[in-house]
Amino acid sequence: MTMKIASSQKPIAFTRDFCSYAVTGGKVYYSWLLFLSFFAVVGLVTTYLQMTTGLIVTGATDQIVWELFVSNFIHCPSIASAAVLVVTPAYIYKRKDMKQLAVIGEAIAMVFVIIGINFIMFHMGRPDRAWHAVPGIGIFNFPSSVLTYDIIVLNVYLVLNAVAVFYYLYKHYVGQPINTKFYTPLIYVAVAWGPFIHIITAFILSSNAQIAVWHSALMPFSFLAMAASAGPALVIVIFLVIRKFTKLEIADSVIDFFSQVIIWGIGALILMFSVEFFTELYPATHHAAPLEYAIKGHHGLDAYVPWFWTIMSVFVAQFFLLLSSKIRKSYNFLLPLICISVFLSVLLEKPSILIFPAFSPTPLGEYAVYHPTLIEICNVLFVWATGFILLTMVLKGVVGVLIGEVRDTKTLEASGEAK
Amino acid sequence: MSEDKREMFDEQDDGKVKESRRDFLKKIGVAAAATAAVPAATAKAVSIAETLQSHFELMSDEQKQKAIARLEKRYSEQFGKQTTVANTPAPDGVLFGYALNISKCIGCRRCVEACVRENNQSRDPKIQWIRVLRMNRGNLTFDPKHLNEGKPSSDPLGNYGIQSGGHADKAVGISGEAEHYYNPEQVPEENAFYFPVQCQQCEDPACTRACPVRATYRDPNGIVVIDYNWCIGCRMCQLACPYWARRFNWSEPVLPNEDMNPKTHYLGNRPRMVGVMEKCTFCLQRVRDGRYPACVEACPVGARKFGNLLDPESEVRKVLATKQVFRFKEDFNTEPKFFYYMD
Repeated sequence: MTMKIASSQKPIAFTRDFCSYAVTGGKVYYSWLLFLSFFAVVGLVTTYLQMTTGLIVTGATDQIVWELFVSNFIHCPSIASAAVLVVTPAYIYKRKDMKQLAVIGEAIAMVFVIIGINFIMFHMGRPDRAWHAVPGIGIFNFPSSVLTYDIIVLNVYLVLNAVAVFYYLYKHYVGQPINTKFYTPLIYVAVAWGPFIHIITAFILSSNAQIAVWHSALMPFSFLAMAASAGPALVIVIFLVIRKFTKLEIADSVIDFFSQVIIWGIGALILMFSVEFFTELYPATHHAAPLEYAIKGHHGLDAYVPWFWTIMSVFVAQFFLLLSSKIRKSYNFLLPLICISVFLSVLLEKPSILIFPAFSPTPLGEYAVYHPTLIEICNVLFVWATGFILLTMVLKGVVGVLIGEVRDTKTLEASGEAK
Repeated sequence: MSEDKREMFDEQDDGKVKESRRDFLKKIGVAAAATAAVPAATAKAVSIAETLQSHFELMSDEQKQKAIARLEKRYSEQFGKQTTVANTPAPDGVLFGYALNISKCIGCRRCVEACVRENNQSRDPKIQWIRVLRMNRGNLTFDPKHLNEGKPSSDPLGNYGIQSGGHADKAVGISGEAEHYYNPEQVPEENAFYFPVQCQQCEDPACTRACPVRATYRDPNGIVVIDYNWCIGCRMCQLACPYWARRFNWSEPVLPNEDMNPKTHYLGNRPRMVGVMEKCTFCLQRVRDGRYPACVEACPVGARKFGNLLDPESEVRKVLATKQVFRFKEDFNTEPKFFYYMD
């Protein structure tokens, strides 16, 4: 039974095989997707409520204008840009144990840019008018508005990674060698582009002279340090899961590399927090007011104080715990636990320390506390749930291609004949 | 009036109008209020043409006319009264400036009230473009209660600690704090002075720079305006503004029919929609016709002066030339055209 597939039909066959592999799996796989689907379904209702009523269903006010959506958005470029850390060792340091894994890093980057864009759609007061920002049909206030830079870098990064991922997978699928003249420059550009998305996202904050604690040149660097800790933390968890549930081999040396990166990342982050706190708190001008608000509250408003001290202690604790090689080698228990903790602490730092306290005092000297609403939290979970469903399925397909379970029938036959 | 408000909320919550309930409420409204109550508003669906229309400055004259006709029709139906949406062009050779006498202001907030009435701000949630700060007269008032709680002893090198009470981290009595929710029996209060803040119409505004779609921009008279139909609601401008001048429509604004001012301008006081930004425009609909802004007319003590900064004979220019003038938060370098002065 030899079925000749015309080369023009191959991309269709690839898409079909990739998708059908991505939606089939074992009990654990389906339970995980079902678990995520619960939040996605609940989120559909709350999304409808927000889209029909307006942002009043969130906790945002004219005093604190950014909600949980932006706070979570900022975390997405963190993870997406950290994918560079998977690609760089493979292609620049030519590590053989990671050559095959680079495409997984790119896939993570691609999905997290998509999650980030979804958060921004929730943040917009008029998502129906998003086309106003599309060059050509709308007005793109470039180069004046920092937001336009972010639109560019995020979308370009999305395209670079999507092309790199699916080109690599497709070539693998049909059993052809990679055209390095096309692929290698693409990878290098994507690696160089990675930090951009995080630096520009930091500029969105630091360009506001009015918000004193954000108006700091350190902002992009501390963002990159957060990327270097939260990104590899997620990568380790994903690699450990892939290693456990699939036939794809991931060496211990790879995991060790990333836990080293996390140590450096958190270490740099602690250093940067320290210099920031010194620079603000020693002169203790009004510029330090938002930070002082987070550290010790203001006239009894101390909602952020426990968050501040808990997250700062957790950062320090994680750093010292990871210094122990015993913990770093505990691949099945302690290491993933700490990685999840790193991911969550960097994520939760955003609303509770970076974003919400920064809005107090307001330009007119008012202090405010942010109260997230249930609808808002459900919508945040909706974006994360749909994002993780996408991530799971894409990675399932990627692994399927890498281990050869998703392959062109013709290639299969050819290899069968060879045997 | 309260019935009207509640009904509008009902309609917006489920998106549909319950006919019988509306009529019933209407009757109650008419019976209860002796005022000639206008039928309650129906949130008219926005037409597809309005949804797809371009930025106001990019429209041809014909497109502008059509857009204005659409809006007039929608507003007239929604508010049950003939509404005009003007497109009066900016006068030539004019740069509008504002001067406010803080030694005269008594904090009565009649300017706020006039502004809300003139500019069709949402009554629920309440949106106000002018906020009046109340501060204690004399910024360094010592609090007698804590005056003796200081640590007047010196260290061995003779360096004295905080002597006014409190500690180095927080010396008591130094207030410097302002609040804009004050609610006294009567104004002016003793030992207080007032500092109204509204859009400062900066020459180099941080807000217009931040807008990714140029929905907010400066008009030829130096007024920062917003095309409410072009704003995408990203709130970057609100983040950038050092004066807290911008207000966001977090929900569909509620504006009772009888309170609606039907004489509007496209870039000024026409009713806004959910999810867009708004702010003071120096009453663009008035000043382009050569009238004073509503807040200037409403001020009972003449603390507010308005005029053409390019005209040396204008009142504002005379204030600038002869009084002690300063601008709010000059360190931000946004060059406001809103000046504060003292006698």
